[in-house]
Amino acid sequence: MDMNYKPNPENLVEVNDLKMYFPVKTGMFSRTPLKAVDGVSFAIRPGETLGLVGESGCGKTTVGRALIRLYKPTDGDVFFDGKRVDDKSISSLRKDMQMVFQDPYSSLNPRMTVEDIIGEPLDVHQLYKNKADRREQILNLMELVGLNAEHATRYAHEFSGGQRQRIGIARALATNPRFIVCDEAVSALDVSIQAQVINMFEDLQHKLGVAYLFIAHDLLVVHHISSRIAVMYLGKMVETADADELNANPVHPYTTSLLSAVPYPDPKIAKTSRRIILEGDVPSPLHMPSGCPFRTRCKLATDHCAQEMPALTDRGNGHMVACWNK
Amino acid sequence: MAKEAYDVNQMPKKNPLSLQIDLRKFEKATDEEKVQAEVMSESTSFFRDGMRKLRKNPLAMFSIIVLILIILMIIIVPIVVPYSYSDIITVNGKRDKSATNMAPFTYSRMEQQYIDEGGKVFPHIMGTDELGRDYFVRVAYGTRISLLVGVFASIIVLIIGVLYGSIAGYFGGKVDLIMMRFVDVIYSLPDLLMIILLSVVLNEVLKFNGNGILARLGTNMISLFIVFGLLYWVGMARLVRGQILTIKQNEYVLAARVSGAKSPRIIRRHILPNCIGVIIISAALQIPSAIFTESFLSFISLGVKAPMPSLGSLASAARSGITTYTYKLVFPALMIGLITLAFNLLGDGLRDAFDPKLRR
Repeated sequence: MDMNYKPNPENLVEVNDLKMYFPVKTGMFSRTPLKAVDGVSFAIRPGETLGLVGESGCGKTTVGRALIRLYKPTDGDVFFDGKRVDDKSISSLRKDMQMVFQDPYSSLNPRMTVEDIIGEPLDVHQLYKNKADRREQILNLMELVGLNAEHATRYAHEFSGGQRQRIGIARALATNPRFIVCDEAVSALDVSIQAQVINMFEDLQHKLGVAYLFIAHDLLVVHHISSRIAVMYLGKMVETADADELNANPVHPYTTSLLSAVPYPDPKIAKTSRRIILEGDVPSPLHMPSGCPFRTRCKLATDHCAQEMPALTDRGNGHMVACWNK
Repeated sequence: MAKEAYDVNQMPKKNPLSLQIDLRKFEKATDEEKVQAEVMSESTSFFRDGMRKLRKNPLAMFSIIVLILIILMIIIVPIVVPYSYSDIITVNGKRDKSATNMAPFTYSRMEQQYIDEGGKVFPHIMGTDELGRDYFVRVAYGTRISLLVGVFASIIVLIIGVLYGSIAGYFGGKVDLIMMRFVDVIYSLPDLLMIILLSVVLNEVLKFNGNGILARLGTNMISLFIVFGLLYWVGMARLVRGQILTIKQNEYVLAARVSGAKSPRIIRRHILPNCIGVIIISAALQIPSAIFTESFLSFISLGVKAPMPSLGSLASAARSGITTYTYKLVFPALMIGLITLAFNLLGDGLRDAFDPKLRR
């Protein structure tokens, strides 16, 4: 932890050199740290959306959870609104930071009615004067996310996936937060429902001015909703840029291959684009390659890549890339 | 969203060779039709849904009826039948010493004489025992004691097991490790040996006088309860811990933590309601096992103190005359069988109806 680190007052959320290691048993007594997140830094401004992409197991979810302090980070600083997030300050910050979960089936308690699910944050923070006020707030939230008021007394298992995700979003909005982590919030939904939910996220941002950390593996979705995109590989940030800039001029070889794999709905573009197929598997985070973690699958890898991890450097207009190739 | 984009006339014309569906054949749904698609089935809570499933299970419903009949019997019989479980039958104010070891629905010489004189004698539905006490009343009292032991023992097990298991499961890590090793130690103690040792020791320590329920039950029963409290909760604790470990992984628990909920609230509102079904089922299955243990201990004369009967001690007493007075063994054995079978079938039915793993 760097106690002298000063966050930029313009940023709502600022993450500096976040590290999250999990001890893994490798023998009867030996433990090896699994470096799920290894030195990640980024910032989110009020009302902005940062998209976080990367393949499965690269540590996206861990970043989100460590950020909101569901996990205690091994090292690094998280700031919210200029305040350091730690065990003491988190209880007062819970109201401002919320989360929407990936699986709309397991993120809602099957024994609670929709009203109680959405009302839980209100109950915890005592955000209502009386029962009628609580009910009114809940109905307002349900209307905001497009649910009928008559659904309030129903149980979660009676809803479809899209409706369940709306319930989860209403719960996240209940305390009127300024920042929401959307952890693969649309990945479990089918495409038409994804579009509805994403448009709703955008509408809510316009209406309420919330900032999102939008974690996903679908680049098209992330490009649509984000103002900036960060690409992760094996617990490290490899490239961050404005959404359009990243889409048009990807620099890091990993980002290029990810973008080439995106299916385009327009057959004319699809015909001209060439897929870059990566060889080999993602290395185990228990046995990280030396230097740049991507070098084992990178076509441009040189001896230098094996020796030293490249730092994120600015390539102009805030386009940050961690690669030795210029 | 731009609704005009879906205008039928603006749809691209279908190529006659194309295999695609002609988009012009589609009509836009009216608002009314859209509402119809959203109509959902009647709202059912988890509990009501489970009860509906339970009602469809004939074996479970039959068990419930049998249990209700047994409970009614043990309440009503001692009131209606004019004999007491501890006293020799008296006819017209005189002790009837001839009324021993009678078969069901027979009368002794004194009773027959009294009936002939115009007096009324309540029939001995299950006959009498070797001391001339009405056997029906004794079986009813014995059932009462056995059920009481079963229910109390399972309540003790439930309370200790749920508290211990939920603490170990929820906090996990080192707490869990230490608490569960303690459970393993207790699991390896021989329970019967413990009961026998405890009842010997407690006989010396606890001396109940007077007429209280504790004194009437006897130290053996008290030590049985204590042993249940000390030993038998480990199975329940393991079960609850396992349940909580799996429920803890669900995202709704994480969501509650993100909302700022503290541990007591999470356990109360999220974890316990989701494993209460499994807990109740195993408590229901604990009752017959406790009855069984009690009967067994009474059978080896470590159970209730005479003259208080229990199903096990009745069966034990009947053992000596098994060839001549078979009915004296049949009735208590039948009661034990009925009660254990009914509770086991009911427990199975409850599991089928409420176990979340069998849902969806």
